[in-house]
Amino acid sequence: MATVEKIVTKNFGVADSHKLSVYNQRGGGQAFRKALTLQPAALVDEVKKSNLRGRGGAGFPTGMKWSFIPKEAKTVYLVVNADESEPGTCKDRELLAYDPHLLIEGMLIASYALGCKHAYIYIRGEMMREARIVEDAIDEAYAAGLLGKDHFGASGPFKLDITLHRGAGAYICGEETGLLNSLEGKRGWPRLKPPFPAVRGLFNAPTVVNNVETLMNLPDIVTRGGEWFAGIGMGKSGGTRIVCVSGHVVKPGVYELPMGISSRALIYDVCGGIPNGRTLKGLIPGGSSMPPLDASEIDVPIEFDALMTDVRIKDVEVRPGVPFDLGGGRKLKTMAGSGGVVVFDDKTDVVALCARIMEFYAHESCGQCTPCREGSGWLARVCRRVARGEGEPGDIDLMANVANGIGGNTICALGDAAAWPMLGFITKFRADFEAKLAQAQKARRPAAAAVGANP
Amino acid sequence: MPLEFSAQSKQRIERVLSRYPNKQAALLPVLHIAQDEFGHLPDPVVELVAKTVDVSPAHVFGVVTFYTMFHRARHGRNELMVCTNISCMLRGGYEILHHIEQKLGVKAGQTTPDGAFTLVEEECLAACANAPMMICGQDYFLDLTPQKVDTILDDLRRRWREEQKMSGAQSTLHGVGPAPGAKV
Repeated sequence: MATVEKIVTKNFGVADSHKLSVYNQRGGGQAFRKALTLQPAALVDEVKKSNLRGRGGAGFPTGMKWSFIPKEAKTVYLVVNADESEPGTCKDRELLAYDPHLLIEGMLIASYALGCKHAYIYIRGEMMREARIVEDAIDEAYAAGLLGKDHFGASGPFKLDITLHRGAGAYICGEETGLLNSLEGKRGWPRLKPPFPAVRGLFNAPTVVNNVETLMNLPDIVTRGGEWFAGIGMGKSGGTRIVCVSGHVVKPGVYELPMGISSRALIYDVCGGIPNGRTLKGLIPGGSSMPPLDASEIDVPIEFDALMTDVRIKDVEVRPGVPFDLGGGRKLKTMAGSGGVVVFDDKTDVVALCARIMEFYAHESCGQCTPCREGSGWLARVCRRVARGEGEPGDIDLMANVANGIGGNTICALGDAAAWPMLGFITKFRADFEAKLAQAQKARRPAAAAVGANP
Repeated sequence: MPLEFSAQSKQRIERVLSRYPNKQAALLPVLHIAQDEFGHLPDPVVELVAKTVDVSPAHVFGVVTFYTMFHRARHGRNELMVCTNISCMLRGGYEILHHIEQKLGVKAGQTTPDGAFTLVEEECLAACANAPMMICGQDYFLDLTPQKVDTILDDLRRRWREEQKMSGAQSTLHGVGPAPGAKV
């Protein structure tokens, strides 16, 4: 079975792993001390070299994101996105619960590199237990003098404060600019970009928003070097990959695995295959926003670029033979997203599964943009009626047209997050949708016959 | 007399305000504190919060109604948040929800007449590898079966009865006290 040295989950299963004393005993703190001996610019270069990519969903190169912060900026904010709520994703919650001090050390390193004096952790409101664990860890770090006290860095004195900020139940606050508005005491409405947060973010200051897992990779990058980190990855994606596998597998769980592992190895070797003697119908590779894969596409590695470009994965289509245009003629396959892998077997009602996804996005649309606010509701209602066996002829085209009208036409990616899986499910499982429509036709026919029968 | 925060809440608010460069940014934490103290967020509480962070009541109202965890109406002592999103759905999340509905005699979104439970159908709660699941306060209940749910509900109801007995029937008049782990 494919294994890899654990970087982010190395302290999982260790007794009291959430305590600073245990963290330090296991080598914690060394990376931050080493970082202080380096110039901030050298740290940014090291992160660039490491090929670390954002683990929240988009997979954007972290070092590049950092380098967008203007050099002359007086106030810079680091904000940790711990608003994990992408359906199928459950890694950040466990990372926070097991190893909050690894996150704090990652934040110290990032803040030193970026010139940030006050960092915020935006944690999902529902995670009350994790909020308490992280708050206790922050208190411990203050008591130990890691936070709130001057350190002597190569670039001068460095002091960091960290504040934990609880959300209050809104998926859209996982979108980075919605999150910033929420942190400022507003509705979590995403902002138009540009300006990007790196130029004007939290409280109008240059801001970097990084995912929990992304930051937790930093201590090892600092101690062992960017080249080492890039070397254990695949292509332009450094490091390991944490996947959360759920749905129809024998052993669901959160696993840290080689970046290049295939979906097949993940399902059958790591997770013990499909239970109850059934077979694989398909899977969602990166949280519910991403187009699904069918059973013929599982030999592709789960690495970011492979899932976006590998020729073994079919293009998502608007209608048969017409690929969806991501802009500039770019085609959509799927994406590694947040690492939330949802597996479904051959007895699954995929239309009902798709309808549940559409209902989620309709519920979570923030309401700013008409295509998303109205379109996600239409997708949910039409897909649900098809799933119930009450679909009308032409509903498949109707859903595809609505989805095509949302994609790329909204302020933030939530619109795409509804449109992409809709089009993806129709592309990969069209026969299932057609069977539902045929069933609806059949159910209608006796009624029509009865009307004309004239007893 | 105008509504006021308790001394304990005031202390928490003071600490929160010191963590942000302006008062408005403390709105979400202050709303959490207000809901801990008053149980829900009716108009007088909205006005108190608005005054505390120096924004209009209309702004606070807009924020309260945007987020699902802020309640305008009183909720039960135990809020059962049952996930039915895809990972849970594939492993029986709806069966769990319907089982609880039947057992409590309420539909999702409703509170039992005795105020012991509010049942909420939730979106993904980030415990997908242990589906189906639900949260109550800071407790996660994972890998649920109808049998497990029965035991959990009986246990929560017994604890609620003991609480009632300890502090008299009027105990929930001013809300339910700080949610576990709600330290801000």
